[in-house]
Amino acid sequence: MASIQATRATATGAPTSVSVALAGSGGAGVMTAGNMLLEAAAQAGYYGLMTRTSGPQIRGGEAAAMLRISTVANDGQDDRFQVLAAVDWQNVGRFAAEIPLDASSLILGDPDQGAPPEVFLKTGAQRFEVPFKRLAKQVSGGWPNMVALGVLAGLCGLPEDALERAVSRANRKGGEALAASLAAMRLGLEQARALGVAFTLAPPQPGPGRWLITGNEAAGAGALRGGVRFVAAYPITPATELLEWLAPAIGKVGGTLVQAEDELASINMILGASYGGVPSLTATSGPGLALMMESLGLGVAAEIPIVVVDVMRTGPSTGIATKSEQSDLNIALHGMHGDAPHVVVAPNSLADCLAATQWAVGIAESLQVPAIVLTDQYLGQARGVVDEPARAPDLPARHRAETGQPDYRRYALTEDGVSAMAIPGMAGITYTADGLEHGESGRPSSQASDHAAQMDKRARKLAGFDPGAYWASVEGEGDTAIVTFGSCTGPAREALARAQAGGLNARLVSLRLLSPAQPERLAQALEGVSRVLVLEQNHSGQLLRHLRAEYDLPGEVRSLRRAGPLPFHPGEIHDTLLQWSRA
Amino acid sequence: MNAPDTVALVPKDFKSDYKPVWCPGCGDYSVLSSITKALAALQLRPENVAVVSGIGCSSRIPAYTNCYGFHGVHGRSLAAATGLKAARPDLTVLVASGDGDGYSIGGNHFLHACRRNVDLTYIVMDNHVYGMTKGQPSPTTEPAWPSKLSPEGTGLREFHPLVIALAAGANFIARAFSGDPNGTAALLTEAIRYPGFSFVEILSPCVTFRPEQRAWKEAVRPTPVEPTDDPARAARRLITDDGFNIGVLYRGTRTPFGATARRGNAAPESLDAAFRFQEAS
Repeated sequence: MASIQATRATATGAPTSVSVALAGSGGAGVMTAGNMLLEAAAQAGYYGLMTRTSGPQIRGGEAAAMLRISTVANDGQDDRFQVLAAVDWQNVGRFAAEIPLDASSLILGDPDQGAPPEVFLKTGAQRFEVPFKRLAKQVSGGWPNMVALGVLAGLCGLPEDALERAVSRANRKGGEALAASLAAMRLGLEQARALGVAFTLAPPQPGPGRWLITGNEAAGAGALRGGVRFVAAYPITPATELLEWLAPAIGKVGGTLVQAEDELASINMILGASYGGVPSLTATSGPGLALMMESLGLGVAAEIPIVVVDVMRTGPSTGIATKSEQSDLNIALHGMHGDAPHVVVAPNSLADCLAATQWAVGIAESLQVPAIVLTDQYLGQARGVVDEPARAPDLPARHRAETGQPDYRRYALTEDGVSAMAIPGMAGITYTADGLEHGESGRPSSQASDHAAQMDKRARKLAGFDPGAYWASVEGEGDTAIVTFGSCTGPAREALARAQAGGLNARLVSLRLLSPAQPERLAQALEGVSRVLVLEQNHSGQLLRHLRAEYDLPGEVRSLRRAGPLPFHPGEIHDTLLQWSRA
Repeated sequence: MNAPDTVALVPKDFKSDYKPVWCPGCGDYSVLSSITKALAALQLRPENVAVVSGIGCSSRIPAYTNCYGFHGVHGRSLAAATGLKAARPDLTVLVASGDGDGYSIGGNHFLHACRRNVDLTYIVMDNHVYGMTKGQPSPTTEPAWPSKLSPEGTGLREFHPLVIALAAGANFIARAFSGDPNGTAALLTEAIRYPGFSFVEILSPCVTFRPEQRAWKEAVRPTPVEPTDDPARAARRLITDDGFNIGVLYRGTRTPFGATARRGNAAPESLDAAFRFQEAS
């Protein structure tokens, strides 16, 4: 049996990671099979990551599940896929850029569904024919995607019992449907053996307490852990799954979710609920965030804590609704009219969606300020096998006034800028929350002195905020540093590990707290650095511009960026570092 | 100032000491007075009442009461009030708006608030003009009314808020006139008590930009028929109505939003089990 070369062998020669993609037209069940394969990997003790791509059609369009199964945790896809399997080829060629292959890759296609697209064949990948549909027909009620599942699992060397558990869990009703799925999957396993090729992944390193979760689910779980008990939102790709996870979950913990008529309503609903004392959140994507801007400013002026999770997709306008881009940084930082100090937080891995969202709720509540959480389609819709996500650092709860407090002033000018908030129901301290500028009591005021005093107060809350070590992920040593955020962090981390293995040491600074800026902390993190590579997935270099505006960057600064939706791969980041080091 | 719990509250217990920005003779003074009378009649505590508004002359009302107030952005008062009431069903929530704030920029929220039937009282002070921006036509302005922004008039048919409220599902519909503060207070009292979304349109003259509205006091009349709970009958009445029939026009029977919601009290960490695939297998 020949062994296909997979990524980066361990000391014993066995690869630590294998990447496979399963494609087909919508309704062919490639996501279902992909989820089962991921779960089987999890059951076998491997880590895994499944990202997804799909065409614009609601149903019937092409789709692909892209999996990476590995012995160590990875927050991004690898440079190449070892296998592309397709139950049919309808328009799958459109994904060529997202499913990079090379001469060492395999293409598995059903000969009855036509030849693989030329764009894949010209990579030089080996082509194998597997009649998925005909094989499935050998089983009553069998489906081609289950045959493909068996073939891919067989190629990856996943144990049959792990696969059976994964298929059984997805077919909880059991009976004939389960039996058919198992039988079709076993046909696939046999087929894999007959192909005479396999990957010999290094043995798994099972660990306790691992989770199987998507970034959107993690953000939802983080919201509830942070204390969110009211959610209002309008459906939008790719944030909808976050809301669909929350809809049943929030009721179980005593909260409420309302589907709003539009994003203008959802942001105002959460302002109303939070004014009523209930920590509140909405989730959206770029177009929705744009609609919310005016009311986010109300949250700043009236000092009402709220959290908006923006699962970024490509823009401007409708852009590519189903695909990722880090291009809402500008609007998140600067979208509001007036001077409107607020918080922007970016989770830097799938698992970090939990802690970062929880943290954002904590900051919003303790500072009485709106917070925007910037995730993206890549993180949000990725499903992964991860170590149990960390908890966010604890922060003080919302500072509530006391019933009957004498001389109560809602917007009192305190040293740290945070003033006690009266909550409806508390007697003797009623006030009106107002988007009009106001004096300390909340009484509307058009006086310059009140405006200056309240602007200072609102700015002071953020200037004095101590985020602790959680402001960024700072890793490694060396005189070169990658500064990045969000979903670019995973590939950057992997590129640095490769560089280190080759004797090139470099640092990683992944900014979790994007606003308020932390110039002293970044200066410290970059001490001794003479080269800074700013890495981001947008066209204009929004992070670079933000860094230029808010920070003094040491030495030479270069930008590595491109618009979505293609994620950065570790190899191209590594190549950039290598070339620069030789310059 | 709040009176001690044992003493009966009077209207002035619900008034703040802020001086309104309204013009002398504005109908909104009377509406403020009617709101405080209604709250006193219901013997609600000021701290258990929230008054939510958007932007415009009428939307200044929250700070003139001694209740909790929320003076938000233009057109979104119903959304803010919906969130507040959904999160805090124990509160009595009033929403104050005008014909521009409520029917133009906030028109979509009006439709969906009626549909959703949250237990709110929506008070719209309708003067057929944008007063705060000094005299532009609103959705209820007559088509031929000339202004600087529409010198020939808009030529547009007026918006019929009561018909639309009925069609969209409002549970209680009434019309009031600011020139009759006691009658208005009685209507508001009933509207606040009534479950679900209660809509009270109050004709409230703008004496500055629409001085001819002083004549409304001669035009209004008590509605000649008893309120109905039959939407078809109410629709016929409201469509043929000339806009000056005062009183309760419709009392519906819909169940308010959230009335049947059940909330658990589990800890968020209890949901983690679904993500732990090993334990869950």
